[in-house]
Amino acid sequence: MMIVGSALAMAGLILMPLVVVFHDAFAEGAGRYLQALTEPDAIAAVKLTLLVAAISVPLNAAFGVAAAWAISKFEFRGKSVLLTLIDLPFSISPVVSGLVWVLLFGAQGWLGPWLLEHDAKVIFAVPGLVLATLLVTFPFVARELIPLMQQQGADEEAAALTLGASGLTTFLRVTLPNIKWALLYGVLLCNARAMGEFGAVSVVSGHIRGLTNTLPLHVEVLYNDYDSVGAFAAASILAGLGIITLVLKTLLEWRVSGGLAGGRKH
Amino acid sequence: MAANTDDTLALEIRGISKQFGRFPALKDVSLQARDKEFLALLGPSGSGKTTLLRVLAGLEQPDTGEVRFGGEDFLALPVRQRKVGMVFQHYALFRHMTVAQNIAFGLTVRKRSEKPSRAEIKDRVAHLLELVQLEGLEQRFPSQLSGGQRQRVALARALAIEPKMLLLDEPFGALDAQVRRELRRWLRDLHERTGVTTVFVTHDQEEALDLADRVAILKDGQLIQLGQPNEVYEQPATPFVFDFLGQACRMPGLVEGGRLRIADWESEAPKDAPQGAVEVFFRPDEVAFAPADGAGLAAEVTGVAQRGPDVRIDCRIEGQVMELEAHGPTLPPGVAPGLSVRIKPLRPMVYPVA
Ligand SMILES: Nc1ncnc2c1ncn2[C@@H]1O[C@H](COP(=O)(O)OP(=O)(O)OP(=O)(O)O)[C@@H](O)[C@H]1O
Ligand SMILES: [Mg+2]
Repeated sequence: MMIVGSALAMAGLILMPLVVVFHDAFAEGAGRYLQALTEPDAIAAVKLTLLVAAISVPLNAAFGVAAAWAISKFEFRGKSVLLTLIDLPFSISPVVSGLVWVLLFGAQGWLGPWLLEHDAKVIFAVPGLVLATLLVTFPFVARELIPLMQQQGADEEAAALTLGASGLTTFLRVTLPNIKWALLYGVLLCNARAMGEFGAVSVVSGHIRGLTNTLPLHVEVLYNDYDSVGAFAAASILAGLGIITLVLKTLLEWRVSGGLAGGRKH
Repeated sequence: MAANTDDTLALEIRGISKQFGRFPALKDVSLQARDKEFLALLGPSGSGKTTLLRVLAGLEQPDTGEVRFGGEDFLALPVRQRKVGMVFQHYALFRHMTVAQNIAFGLTVRKRSEKPSRAEIKDRVAHLLELVQLEGLEQRFPSQLSGGQRQRVALARALAIEPKMLLLDEPFGALDAQVRRELRRWLRDLHERTGVTTVFVTHDQEEALDLADRVAILKDGQLIQLGQPNEVYEQPATPFVFDFLGQACRMPGLVEGGRLRIADWESEAPKDAPQGAVEVFFRPDEVAFAPADGAGLAAEVTGVAQRGPDVRIDCRIEGQVMELEAHGPTLPPGVAPGLSVRIKPLRPMVYPVA
C-alpha cells in the first residue's frame, strides 16, 4: 500500500507538471506553439543557452577530470581545502554564485572600472553568463569522478609507467578508459544543470531580450508578460531536455553500475 | 638456483631512507643482488617491503641513498626508462583491456621507431601466454580470471618488455596454499629459464626460504639480516629473525667462561656467545630427549598428540609450558604423559638480554 501510494505521489509530482507544461503549450494549437518557438527572441534564447553550455560544460569537464585526478592519484598539502572548494557551489545559493561575479566585474565592482576603460563587458553579457554557469556546475563532473578514481587507486597508472608509457599515454590509455562512463554521466548532469540554471544566470544576465536571455530566463520573461503559451512552449523545450537527460542518465547508470559490478569482482 | 647466479653485481642499494611525512618507512637500507639472482624480501606487514620495491621501480623517490643497476645511477632515471618489470601486490591489471592487450601494452606504448610490428607483437604475446600457461584466455578480461591466472597475466605483462630486473610484490598473497605451492614451483622454473634478476617480496617465511637464492629480512624499515636461506634459518641474527623464521622456544640463561647454563643444566656455550645474562632460543623440533637421570633440562611431559607425520609433545620446563615436536610416527623412548624426562636443545642460539 505504502509503496503504491508513494509511487502514485511520485508520479503525480513528476508527471503532473509535465502534463501541464505540454497541455498549456498546446492550449492554442500546434500552429501557435510552433510560432512561439520560432519567434526571434525564442530562437536567440535557445542559441544562447546552447552557446553557454557549449563553453562551460567542456571547461568544467576538463576542470573536473583534472581536480579528481589530482585528488585521487596524488598526496599533497591542501587536498581537503580543494575538496571543500569543489563542494562549495553545492552549498551556497546560486544567487550568490551569480552575485560574486557582479561584485567582481559589475560597474560598481572591483574590476568594473578597469573593464569599462578597456571597453570589455562581462556582466549583462555572454562572459558573465558563462562564468555564472561555470561556477554553479563546477562540482558535477569532479564529484562523480572522485569516489570512483579513489576506489580504483593509482596502481594501474603506476603499472603503465613501469611498462614504459609516458604520462600522457598513461592518462589517455589507462586513466580515461577507466572513468569514461562516470565522466559521461557527470557531463550529462553538468549539461542539464548548465542549460536549466536560473538563479545565478538571472543575476548576471540583465534580461536583455534576444541578447542575454537564456531559455529559463526567457520563460520567466514571457510568463511575466502573461504570454502563457509562449512561456510554456519554451518550457516544453526544457522539459524535453529533462526527459532526454533522464533517459540517458538511466542508460548510463546501468552502464556504470554494470562496470562497477565487474570491477568489484577483482 | 645458486648455480644460476654469477658473481657480477647487478643491483646495489646503498643507505636508502624514505619517510612518509614523519613516518620512516625505510631506514638506511643497503643490499646488493648479483646478476640473475633471486632475492627475497621478507618481513612482517608494514616493514617497508613494498616501499623498497617502489623505490627500485622509480615510483617512489628515496630521501637519501643510492640505487645502482648494472653500474648505472638508477635514481636519475625516470620510471619508464628503468625497464623494470613490476608485478603489483594487487596485480594492477588494466581492467578495461583483454589479457592479450594487457600483455602487449608495454610493446604498444613504445616510440614509433622502436615499436614492433603488429605481427611481431602478436607473436610475442602468444609466446608469453604459452610461457605463463594461459593459452586460450587472451580475449578474457581481468575480471573473468581467477586470482592465479591474474597473477600470471601480470607476470607476462611485466616480462613482455624484456625487463632488466623483475620486482614481484607478494605475487601469491591472495591465493590459497595449494595454488601458492604450485605457482612457487612454476615461478622457480620460469626464473631458471629467463634468468632475470628478481626481487621478490613476501611475508611468508616458508616461501622465501624455499624460493630464494638469498633472503633479506626487514623489520620496521630496517634490514636486519641478509643471507642464504640456510644461513638465516640456522644463524638468525636477532631473536626477531629467529621468531619470524619458524617456531621458537625461549628460556633465560647465563654464559660464563665458555659455559652456557640454563636452569640446572650446563653445557658448552655456542661460539661467539655473548657473556652474562642471555636469552636462549631453540626450535621445538631440534631437541633430544633423555631419561630423567640423564643430562639436559628437567621436564615433565604433560601431553602428547599426533600431528600429521609428527608428534607434538607438551612439556613443562621450569614452570614454563612448551610445545616440542618429534619427527616420525613413534614417540621417542621414555616419553609418555606424566613422565619426567630430560631435554637437550641441539642447536641453542643465545642472544644478549635486550
Ligand atoms: N604513501 C604512503 N603514505 C604514508 N605512509 C605510507 C605510504 N606508503 C606506505 N606507508 C607506510 O610505510 C610503511 C611500510 O609500508 P609498505 O607498504 O612498504 O609495507 P609492506 O612491508 O609492503 O607491508 P605489507 O606486507 O602489508 O604489504 C607502513 O607503515 C605504511 O603505512
Ligand atoms: Mg606490501
